[in-house]
Amino acid sequence: MAELTLGPNLFHWPAEALRDFYFRIADEAPVGTVYLGEVVCSKRTPFFDDHLEPVAERLARAGKQVVFCSLSEVVIARERKLLEAFARQEGRALEVNNTAALLHLQGRPHRIGALMNVYNEAALAYLARRGATHFALLAELPKPVIAVLAEAAKTAEAGIEVQVFGRASLALSARCYHARAHGRVKDNCQFVCGEDPDGMALTTMNGQLFLAVNGIQTLSYTYVDLMAEMAEMAAMGVTHFRLMPHGCDMVAVARAYDDVLAGRIAAAEGADRLRGLGIAAPFSNGFYHGLPGHEWQPPGVAAA
Amino acid sequence: MTDASRTPRGPRLPLPPLPLFLLDPILRRVARKVAAENPDLFDRLGEHRHSWFLIDPVNLPFMLYLRPDPDALDFRAVPKGATPPHAARIAGRFLRLLSLMEGDEDGDALFFSRDLTVTGDTEAIVCLRNALDDVERPVAETVADMFGPPGRIALRALREAAARERQQAEAQP
Amino acid sequence: MTRPELICPAGTPAALRAAVDAGADAVYCGFQNATNARNFVGLNFTPQEMAKSIAYSHERGAKVLVTLNTFPPAGKLALWYGAVDLCAELGADAIIVADIATADYAHRAHPGLRIHLSVQAAASSPEAIAWYVREFGVRRVVLPRIMTVGEIAGLVADIPCEVETFIFGNHGLMVEGRCSLTTYATGQSTNMDGACSPAACVAYDREPDGSLATRLSGFTIDRFGPGDTAGYPTICKGRYLAPCREDGYYAFEEPVSLNASAMLGELIAAGVHAFKIEGRQRSKAYVKKVVAAFRAAVDAIAEGREPELADLVALTEGQKQTEGALKTKRWR
Repeated sequence: MAELTLGPNLFHWPAEALRDFYFRIADEAPVGTVYLGEVVCSKRTPFFDDHLEPVAERLARAGKQVVFCSLSEVVIARERKLLEAFARQEGRALEVNNTAALLHLQGRPHRIGALMNVYNEAALAYLARRGATHFALLAELPKPVIAVLAEAAKTAEAGIEVQVFGRASLALSARCYHARAHGRVKDNCQFVCGEDPDGMALTTMNGQLFLAVNGIQTLSYTYVDLMAEMAEMAAMGVTHFRLMPHGCDMVAVARAYDDVLAGRIAAAEGADRLRGLGIAAPFSNGFYHGLPGHEWQPPGVAAA
Repeated sequence: MTDASRTPRGPRLPLPPLPLFLLDPILRRVARKVAAENPDLFDRLGEHRHSWFLIDPVNLPFMLYLRPDPDALDFRAVPKGATPPHAARIAGRFLRLLSLMEGDEDGDALFFSRDLTVTGDTEAIVCLRNALDDVERPVAETVADMFGPPGRIALRALREAAARERQQAEAQP
Repeated sequence: MTRPELICPAGTPAALRAAVDAGADAVYCGFQNATNARNFVGLNFTPQEMAKSIAYSHERGAKVLVTLNTFPPAGKLALWYGAVDLCAELGADAIIVADIATADYAHRAHPGLRIHLSVQAAASSPEAIAWYVREFGVRRVVLPRIMTVGEIAGLVADIPCEVETFIFGNHGLMVEGRCSLTTYATGQSTNMDGACSPAACVAYDREPDGSLATRLSGFTIDRFGPGDTAGYPTICKGRYLAPCREDGYYAFEEPVSLNASAMLGELIAAGVHAFKIEGRQRSKAYVKKVVAAFRAAVDAIAEGREPELADLVALTEGQKQTEGALKTKRWR
């Protein structure tokens, strides 16, 4: 039976708030795995350092599998050192989001994160032969691609994870767009990304809400919702469904997805509950259905 | 600024004020000649060879209507105002459009500089531009040669006028 | 002082000949399908054109590097593997790849075929590059356009392969190969389908107030006043509104082009093996002018003379240029 996971928090929340968020997840959220660690910006990493151990312990005590995630962009010396230290950790489950970590992890078991370019069955098999045990897939993959990858993962005895809730990561950069919006650069950013707990919306000149900026990362404005597609994906062999942390009530989000996944409620009822949580942005499932990613295809409508 | 005030000094456009039906046989001959010399052009156009293109020289009294289909090649003049159905339209001053057809002018620079306006199927226009760019001898030269020495003289005059117009445009703040 | 190779773009056979004739040491180009990241209509090479173009280049002492720099989606690997086989058969001097499966296939099936790591692989650290070298015998890496000259110099010393850097052309700041913005707006994937902002999804619309809006699948990417220079609607070059800004602003990047002509000497001193000019989607007129100008500049520097740089600004997108990331990291 497929299980729910909580993906890494992409945003810069106050450290105490993030700690309390994870404590509540530990106590209340029906997720089997929780991914910890800073994925987006190396400058943010020191803030949560002191809380990481207690949070991991509390999650583990609550029966959650804890996975530690690497940075996604690794260029400068400090980032390279952080990545090396990440890869040297023993006795922990690790999720890789930058190729550089693979150099250090040769032959040791690790997970491949959703920001790594695994587009096909041969790339998946290649990485699995070198120690990858689990693959979180890119947001932009359509159903037929997911189906083949799930099949390949079965052969490689690896897990396959698909994001079913939250803003989709669309792009990474060396430049910090949060700092830029405030007339600063990355070096003197003053952590202005902390002002936007779900990212900063970008609107087109015609007033259409389009994207969300999160430091060096660009996210979709819409929230991915593949609740109704989970059963189909589970049948295809997808083993894990990822919820991405947002400022809304994530325990309620997790419960809705869990109830749908377990068949306790219909997908339509789950959708109603999700839409009752006060999430202002529209939902999307276009990537999965081979449409523009921002689009929403109502459940039961076959792709054109 | 009125259109007339931007007309460059120098040779007047050597297109006589002919009734359009007199232009059509010449245009068809031009199209057949270019097609015969560049068979690869149509492969490059792919499905867009079946598209109708409207080429609108904004400072001339007519527009050019082109279907670059080797099996149903058509190139004719149509009057302003009576816009026929088309997949894509490219509008600009005549000399700028001519520049686009030339091997020595960068079409992208023209697009970026907004001297040309594209409406409709942008892909069709980009495809036509890419296909024309692979033609070894500029289409304008092929056309000019069809008319012998007077044609080549006219082309040289037009090129000089186009270069002047470009310089004038660049000199503007 | 080593003289770096000048690597030049070609979208068509005519552009390839123009580049070779203007002094390119190598030309890079791709096939007419999703195996390359400039999969635009009317552009690129048939296998026959590729064969002829390789012959043309080799007769004149120039190399041909074939771009296979997209990511084959699951179930469609045969197209990419077939392109690799074709490159080996046609005698291409190298293939430029980004995908793990494509690199692995080439490495195993054609051990003699040189592999260059595409900028689309986003290998931006010595460790990432070393992994690709170790796994697939990569001979050269094309560096992401995000590094300073100092960082490049450090990298050259640290890695076991050659280094190629961009010196001119379109300048995006998204990490190449890690961007799904086009898929989000249009449903076409840059990584899988090979097109960023495909022309079929582009519209130039005259607005009621006389301004010109450029759109991608209905999203307004920018709006221009009557006198302004309009750019092609690329999402990361667009103008948007944000809560902390009063007016529309370039949220990611101004529409500028990279022009590193003033830094060639420093880059040569840093040990860069090859200079790359962007622009497979540009016309042969662009190719001819830019290649000739950089050929003269590189030769001048290599011979200890002061380079005379032609004014390349008119050929740059939006008519503005930048030294990009090369000079300083203050842009980050």
